[in-house]
Amino acid sequence: MSADATTLGGPRSGAADVLVRFARNHAWTLGLFAFLAVLLLFTKYVNSYYNLVSLANTATSVLPLALAAVAQAIIVMAGGIDLSISSQMALVSCFAAILMQAYPGDLTAVGIVILALALGVLLGAINGGLIVLTKVPDIVVTLATFFVWAGFALLVTPKPGGAAADWLKGLVVGSVGTDLLPKALIMLIIVVAAIWIPLSRSRLGLSIYAVGSNRLAAFRSGVAVNRTKFLSYVIGGLVAAFAGLSLTASTGIGTPVPEPTYVLISIAAVVLGGVSLAGGVGGVFGPIVAVVVLQLIRDDMTFMHVDPNLGLVAQGFILIGVLVVGSLVQMRRSRA
Amino acid sequence: MTLTATDLLLEATDVSKTYGAVVALDHASLSVQPGEVHALMGANGAGKSTFVKILTGAVTPDTGRIVVRGRERTSHSPAEARRNGLVSVYQEPAVIPDLDIRDNLRLTQTPIEPFRHWLNELGLEDLDLSSLARRLPLAALRIVDLARALALEPDVLLLDEITAALPANLTEPVLRAVQQQGSDRSVIFISHRIIEIAAICDRATVLRNGETVGVVDVTAGSEDTIVELMLGEDTTALGHKKAAGAAVDRGQQTPRISARKLSDGRRLRDATLDLYPGEVLGVVALEDQGQDELFAILSGAERPVSGSLLLDGKAVSYRHPADAIRRGVVFVAADRAEALLMQRSVRENISLPFSARIPQWGWINMGREGRKVDEAVETLQIDARAGAEVRRLSGGNQQKVTIARWVASGVKTMLCFDPTRGIDIRTKNQIYVLLRDLATAGAAILLYTSELKEIQLVCDRAIVIFGGEVVAEMAAAGADEAALLRAAHNLKSDAELPEEAVAGTVAEKAAVEAAVDDTSTRASQP
Repeated sequence: MSADATTLGGPRSGAADVLVRFARNHAWTLGLFAFLAVLLLFTKYVNSYYNLVSLANTATSVLPLALAAVAQAIIVMAGGIDLSISSQMALVSCFAAILMQAYPGDLTAVGIVILALALGVLLGAINGGLIVLTKVPDIVVTLATFFVWAGFALLVTPKPGGAAADWLKGLVVGSVGTDLLPKALIMLIIVVAAIWIPLSRSRLGLSIYAVGSNRLAAFRSGVAVNRTKFLSYVIGGLVAAFAGLSLTASTGIGTPVPEPTYVLISIAAVVLGGVSLAGGVGGVFGPIVAVVVLQLIRDDMTFMHVDPNLGLVAQGFILIGVLVVGSLVQMRRSRA
Repeated sequence: MTLTATDLLLEATDVSKTYGAVVALDHASLSVQPGEVHALMGANGAGKSTFVKILTGAVTPDTGRIVVRGRERTSHSPAEARRNGLVSVYQEPAVIPDLDIRDNLRLTQTPIEPFRHWLNELGLEDLDLSSLARRLPLAALRIVDLARALALEPDVLLLDEITAALPANLTEPVLRAVQQQGSDRSVIFISHRIIEIAAICDRATVLRNGETVGVVDVTAGSEDTIVELMLGEDTTALGHKKAAGAAVDRGQQTPRISARKLSDGRRLRDATLDLYPGEVLGVVALEDQGQDELFAILSGAERPVSGSLLLDGKAVSYRHPADAIRRGVVFVAADRAEALLMQRSVRENISLPFSARIPQWGWINMGREGRKVDEAVETLQIDARAGAEVRRLSGGNQQKVTIARWVASGVKTMLCFDPTRGIDIRTKNQIYVLLRDLATAGAAILLYTSELKEIQLVCDRAIVIFGGEVVAEMAAAGADEAALLRAAHNLKSDAELPEEAVAGTVAEKAAVEAAVDDTSTRASQP
């Protein structure tokens, strides 16, 4: 064999090689972690009371958003986008809260949680089915279903109400042992591990990247393009249902009016987290870190008593700045 | 006859353009006299398209001078070229599909009255100017595009394959209008139809490998000179390199693929061919003769409107490329951007077809996948050092990845569409050897190529497609470039022009498809 034909991941590559390759392949995520570290130092600087417990609290408060970002990331990687995520979360959350109030009991609550997750799958299936069958652009379909799900949520309960089983609240509120290990973080790790790790190693995961990266090439390679797209929405719906349940668990009630910024923040987190909006590139860990980054920026603004309106402007500029720097770095790298 | 530069309407000298390592134009030149119809000729990849793009400002040349009416002009955009007196009509009509015709004319500031006049001349007098462009058939849009260009009264009109896919009743007025351009204005005419060139052109400039190799006065019998110039001296010099496969008696053998009168309802009409195991069958055609559609149908990407397809003697119909892949029939595209996941790794790209095939979801066996990928990488000698993202590989290595994925999955039938387009000579040779090896191992390989040399290098047999039909079949030994090029232009070997045959082919049914039909915008030569 010719000498320059390096085989992939062959035994020749040493540990250092692997590290270098890992760093190169995850440059964006590593950069994001660096940004997070700087941001934490800054937070400590503006708010000297900020400590690891506060960080743990931040992690707890972002759980619904982090899950929403994971759901969005899976859909975006397959080349789609879901504007209805926040009202999916609201509908699932109200559905679960109202049922748990009507049928109290720990065991029935288990059934209700399963039903709520099934509802999430159904909502995702409707989104995906409409997109695949009607060939209407994703952004249009999910904008329409945003209003539909929000309407249903108001039909379920016109004003915030319902209840949550104690064990459900216990899953996300508080921490394990010390204050440093919030339960919400553990839940996030469990949910993401249960869904993302198998997905990323399965044929469906590869198909999702393939469809998002190049539909024509995927089609010609024998990938079922429509089915993959559909399933990306189904999985996204399932994760969004987890996000909705985490809302119910952390607040103890269901709130029918969706938080519209959830959609925008989930998309911002996806972009900031290194997932290409064109599809085909990225993972779910970047977006989760990005959600924390965005939350910290907001917290810092509050600590610094920045006018909230001005804070919004600043947030936008920080987002643009990070993306521009990141894109410039990537452009230089691909040219080299 | 010597003309000074000022007597020429347009003179382009010393025009060069390279794309990376590929030399598209190499000090090419073109001079057009006032009042003449000047043909620009050349085989696929000779540099015609690049030349046209440079003249119309779409591409900036590396070197060269363009002089129009004695004044040096540089155009940086088609709009600027138009102000300089150069207007072009491309194969794909430059109309905005969502605007009506009148708005399209306003967009280019075309005067309505002359446009009307030319529309009448071109045989489209009853066109409603308020109809949306997307509602019109492609043939009508081409006429609109041409009438618009004529109405602008340019010094030089550039027509790129204007008659391709035009029905006969529209072709005739177009050719007449081209000839009526008067003594002050000129037309640069690009066509694969030598018969049209002979009928309306005064002179022809022939390009080969990016160089201007000759300027010919077009008279009776000059077709042969043109074909010879297009080929170059190596026609005679190239000895018959014996293709590896000896002539086999196919009497008893069942063809791997047997296509009977396949038609896609538009470009491809009645294509009939047999592809046997163990052979490399070459396919030669000029651009847009239906070969894209033939390969799309054979690989399961499109379904035929009529005709039948047999695989190992049994009728098959594919609903998805996956159906074909499952039966071991795979497609290798010329345009790697259409085949690869550019941001994904070499490993994922190679494993995609056999890992993500439809009936099997579930887990990927990473160990087995890794071994298969390593095997394929080694077989094809892919330099995978930049393997994390395929887009960082060289073009040749990218193309090897597109082939490697099929080799890894144990291919039985490979449909290669110009697999060596735009890649370096060393990789080309590796691909030739690989294709021969696959055939020797019993695979059936269909190879469309725009490089006629490849037929004798790689193939056992060759078929030629013209106007959507297989018009010739020859053994590789007899398929030298001259024979292939003549056949590809549907010229019979005894210089007699089959007028009726050509007219019949020209009279293809007007494609009633929308102007922006993505299947018709396939990328052509670089």
